[in-house]
Amino acid sequence: MKCVFVTVGTTSFDDLIACVSAPDSLQKIESLGYNRLILQIGRGTVVPEPFSTESFTLDVYRYKDSLREDIQKADLVISHAGAGSCLEALEKGKPLVVVINEKLMNNHQLELAKQLHKEGHLFYCTCSTLPGLLQSMDLSTLKCYPPGQPEKFSAFLDKVVGLQK
Amino acid sequence: MVCVLILAAAAGAVAAFLILRIWVVLRSRDFTPRESLSILVVAGSGGHTTEILRLLGSLSNAYSPRHYVIADTDEMSANKINSFELDRADRDPSNMYTKYYIHRIPRSREVRQSWPSTVFTTLHSMWLSFPLIHQVKPDLVLCNGPGTCVPICVSALLLGILGIKKVIIVYVESICRVETLSLSGKILFHLSDYFIVQWPALKEKYPQSVYLGRIV
Repeated sequence: MKCVFVTVGTTSFDDLIACVSAPDSLQKIESLGYNRLILQIGRGTVVPEPFSTESFTLDVYRYKDSLREDIQKADLVISHAGAGSCLEALEKGKPLVVVINEKLMNNHQLELAKQLHKEGHLFYCTCSTLPGLLQSMDLSTLKCYPPGQPEKFSAFLDKVVGLQK
Repeated sequence: MVCVLILAAAAGAVAAFLILRIWVVLRSRDFTPRESLSILVVAGSGGHTTEILRLLGSLSNAYSPRHYVIADTDEMSANKINSFELDRADRDPSNMYTKYYIHRIPRSREVRQSWPSTVFTTLHSMWLSFPLIHQVKPDLVLCNGPGTCVPICVSALLLGILGIKKVIIVYVESICRVETLSLSGKILFHLSDYFIVQWPALKEKYPQSVYLGRIV
């Protein structure tokens, strides 16, 4: 069972949820070989009706304490551009498509998506270009993401605050 | 006439003194060795909290007690913090320093709130932050960008200016910020003791910042 997991973190991203749950998007996702779509909709006001047929299942929920399980079982993650969501997916080695929310102030999230795309770790798009990207993308070209190193932070801080080893 | 002149001179002297104090506090670096230090952590919503907890996860138990400050409307962060602290206590049962505190202050600014009204809500947050900082008197304040951290850091600075306590202010710009600083970052770049960026482009633009690579 191939699964797509869509996440918007703690935000509201109605455009993405509406786009991905539209009938022709669902058809496209199914035609690409996926038979399960899980939508984590956060604070959004668009709440698609979950359903289950022989060939396809749609699950919808707002929040879970941890998205770890859903990311783990996903074959593709489609996420808003929040750092937490992106990093969780990348650290689990999942192919990641980031959708930029064009309605956000300053759109600061775009910087991270662009940079990680430049480094070959994900694809990014907007709601309107998502269907096209899903059709054309080659997930095998994505590169593994090396995790961050918080121990460098603790080493630095220990030194400057004068903590004894 | 003389009264006005005296008042003006007094005001000038106070202003000069304050400026001198600000300069001294911003410049001073506290290198005295120590065994522990109390830390106040500002947790913003969503990814901000996730990032800051990753940073905290790397710190030893010498950083205790831990005081968390969250926006009063942010239950998700409270849950994440409680999980984090529980996990930490589980992993190290011998650890005596499991005390942590969660403090709530009004949000400086909601997502998409207009900038003019933000001035008022920020001033209101400032009014409530100072008593909190004054009560906790942390050794170190750690934050990573949500608007909530500006009043907290300014209050911490004020503790130093008033000669009550020098608080080390550490700001870690979010990993989302590759080319440009956030508004909080732009403000706190001048007020923090250590300003950490996670991408080389920012280090180039702000040479005085600290660059350690990606740390979350």
